[in-house]
Amino acid sequence: MSVLTRVSRRRFLQLTGVAAGSLVLGSVLPGRAALAGVLDQSSGAALNVFVSIREDGTVEIVAHRSEMGTGIRTSLPQIVADEMEADWQRVQVIQAQANPAYGSQNTDGSRSVRDFYPVMRQMGAAARTLLEHAAAEAWGVPVAQCVARNHAVVGPGGRTLGFGELAARAATLPAPEPSTLRMKPESEFRYVGQGLPIVDLEDMTVGSAVYGIDVHLPEMLYASIERSPWLQGRIEAMDADAARAVAGVSDVVELRAVDGPPGFNPIEGVAVLASNTWSALRGRGALQIDWARSEHSEHDSAAYIDELVSRVEGGPGEVRRRRGDVESALASAHQAVTATYRTPYLAHAPMEPPVATARVSDSGCEVWACTQTPQATRRAVADALDLDVDAVVVHVTLLGGGFGRKSKPDFAVEAARLAAHAGRPVQVVWSREDDIRHDYFHACSAQHFRGALDAGGRVTAWLAREASPPIGATFDTTVNMNSEGGLSQTFASVPFAVPNLQIESHPAPAHVRIGWLRSVYNIPYAFGVGCFVDELAHAAGRDPIEFWLALIGDDRLLDFSDEGFSYSNYGRSLEDYPYDTARLAAVIRALADRINWKTPLPAGQGWGFSVANSFLSNMAVASKVEVRDGRLRVLEMHGALDAGRIVNPDRVHAQMEGGMIFGLSLALNGEITFAEGEAQQSNFHDYPVARMSQVPPLVRTHILPSDAPPSGVGEPPTPPVAPSIANAVFAACGERIRELPLGRHFNV
Amino acid sequence: MKLTVNGMPRELDCDPDMPLLWALRDLLQLRGTKYGCGKGLCGACTVHLDGKARRSCQVTVAEASAAAVTTIEGLSDSGTHSLQQAWRQHNVPQCGYCQPGQLMAASALLAANPAASDDEIRSGMSGNLCRCGTYPRIHAAIKSAQGDVPLAEQAGD
Repeated sequence: MSVLTRVSRRRFLQLTGVAAGSLVLGSVLPGRAALAGVLDQSSGAALNVFVSIREDGTVEIVAHRSEMGTGIRTSLPQIVADEMEADWQRVQVIQAQANPAYGSQNTDGSRSVRDFYPVMRQMGAAARTLLEHAAAEAWGVPVAQCVARNHAVVGPGGRTLGFGELAARAATLPAPEPSTLRMKPESEFRYVGQGLPIVDLEDMTVGSAVYGIDVHLPEMLYASIERSPWLQGRIEAMDADAARAVAGVSDVVELRAVDGPPGFNPIEGVAVLASNTWSALRGRGALQIDWARSEHSEHDSAAYIDELVSRVEGGPGEVRRRRGDVESALASAHQAVTATYRTPYLAHAPMEPPVATARVSDSGCEVWACTQTPQATRRAVADALDLDVDAVVVHVTLLGGGFGRKSKPDFAVEAARLAAHAGRPVQVVWSREDDIRHDYFHACSAQHFRGALDAGGRVTAWLAREASPPIGATFDTTVNMNSEGGLSQTFASVPFAVPNLQIESHPAPAHVRIGWLRSVYNIPYAFGVGCFVDELAHAAGRDPIEFWLALIGDDRLLDFSDEGFSYSNYGRSLEDYPYDTARLAAVIRALADRINWKTPLPAGQGWGFSVANSFLSNMAVASKVEVRDGRLRVLEMHGALDAGRIVNPDRVHAQMEGGMIFGLSLALNGEITFAEGEAQQSNFHDYPVARMSQVPPLVRTHILPSDAPPSGVGEPPTPPVAPSIANAVFAACGERIRELPLGRHFNV
Repeated sequence: MKLTVNGMPRELDCDPDMPLLWALRDLLQLRGTKYGCGKGLCGACTVHLDGKARRSCQVTVAEASAAAVTTIEGLSDSGTHSLQQAWRQHNVPQCGYCQPGQLMAASALLAANPAASDDEIRSGMSGNLCRCGTYPRIHAAIKSAQGDVPLAEQAGD
């Protein structure tokens, strides 16, 4: 029996009242309908929407965000357990279904710990308080004499009651007022700050971890979908006879696209339903489809990027941020430096492609998906099937990688529409070819920089112009220029102490579905900015690391508002999360202290450096490379990160290692091209991702200790990598490569 | 079709050309073996055929029927293989999806070459992709399973 049926409406309000006034959950109490699914996977007595306790003392803690490799299913429950004095060995983590009662479940933007650290502490403290009150009531003593310690409450004379013994009584008590909650002193943390192994570790090493692709329902059909090769293509004619003749194929279904912007809507396609994946794939291979052309079916990425380059080099764009008088400073420069950079489209390529399973009944739709965004998945499925959102249940599996791809639930909508059609459960499996050809592609870019140096090698002017198709176009096709949020990712938020500075944008209409990929626009912009600073340093005859520090200038808090730029600060206020150049400089110094930066290297080797502030964190990277006979090898990568308070240092190191290797991969190999509207790559042979042989034997990570509020971890390690490698190539061989991937120029 | 999987005889009613990967996953409900590319490029579907690492997406059921198939579920009793233990000691997995294939590749590598050098590990494991970038820890875990102390410098601070 579910807890849901045992908890009264009054109790629901009490439970969710704990959340009232908290940082993210807001002050609005969700209605009963919104709570369906909140607690029904737990079997214990519920103390709040995140915590319940079984009679045997097992503490159930809800993980409401998606596990795609960051360790978040461990790190957030670890905070709750610590704050409530639970014994981690007696904690069971329960994956939440989609439900707004948890606040945002959109696992994206390196936000999980930074947004939910205070909420998790509050949930833990609220549960602990209830247990202490329950013990006081049981013993008839003042609550002040009852203290929770390691899964029990200790009272006068050393008497104890275990959490399991107290749970039922605690669950009947009124929820404490959030303002009265007493938080544990941080000095008493037992788990926060510890590298606890992830809760899924055992399952992941024996093959029993369940990902989206591992869901299996009785009577389930497998679907493979042939989609329009270009954006907004439509089925013109189809012959499915051969597909229907394939053994195991049960149906062929046209999935018509809805009109309007791409959004999270399925691409128009033809689905082959079969009794197993292999039959579905074979049937799909036998389809004959003619696709109607669209306004995007001529898209040619090489010509498109050339056009963006001609715009940024050709003249002024729309001014996004202005300080001083850049044109005059450039005209009177002792030395002027000019460079243009280009970056390609990228695909996410998580090892598990998008997969979703759906079952439709009279009462609604159930979805099982490797989704980063359960609530948006729920809404998208409800919209597609014309259901009330409460009639849709979204179960979240483990994700075999996400990187932003699985924030777009088009694949779940496909499964729901097909299940509604078939009257049986349907699993949609994207092939690798589907994944790479029909991604929400990471934007390409052209960036043009002009810098002025005075006789002392100081930068007196910084002019930067960009053109890059905006993510906004995926949701509103009239959008053709990057947003302030997009430009807040390194390009317009450069922290430079220069007297004259101007940031400009040119339009770049989108011809493919543009999406966000791990660290988003920081990828192209940190490449352009990080390489151009290096070019200025060399032009000035200065050491690049010292030049960076000088360019950042005196320690100060940045605020761009008086320069006409509304800095997004990743959705947080500058009061809560100031942009502090002292912390940026500190990661540079910490990294410089850890590498033999100035030791002479053999011919053909060189060090390169770069740094980026992103997702409220600061990350510096130094790479050592060797260029010999046209072959580029990265020999070492070192990273230093300040992400504020760290919950699980082992997982933060792992994210640094992985984020740096992700950056290495895109720097060396990553490129999607389009011809006649079609992506030209399809699998790992032509869209290579880093292999062990490409990864330097030495990848070293350093976390700066900090008591500042937690900031992003999953994405910040990536942006400085590509510029650090390109700068190292210049140091090694004197070739300045101004485009990605570097594999266009070297054997990698 | 008859198969021997993890020491058990199994019978299948399927097209002999079906890739072993889909037979294992969809017909035998052994889902530890993962789909990643379908073209033998990523190693997520690595299993053992007579102890040798093979891409199950590139092996037909007919071909597999002549061999003893071992999947991640059969690598050891309850996860006790030295590599599985080393994987846990080094907290290797991030998303974990590629790790069954990594473990099957690493176990075949060490079975054939127990003292594989750093370079041999690197080349032997380079057919297995990990998009999360767990390679440094995979390398360190293999070294541990060999009884070596992995590079101390590799660890972060």
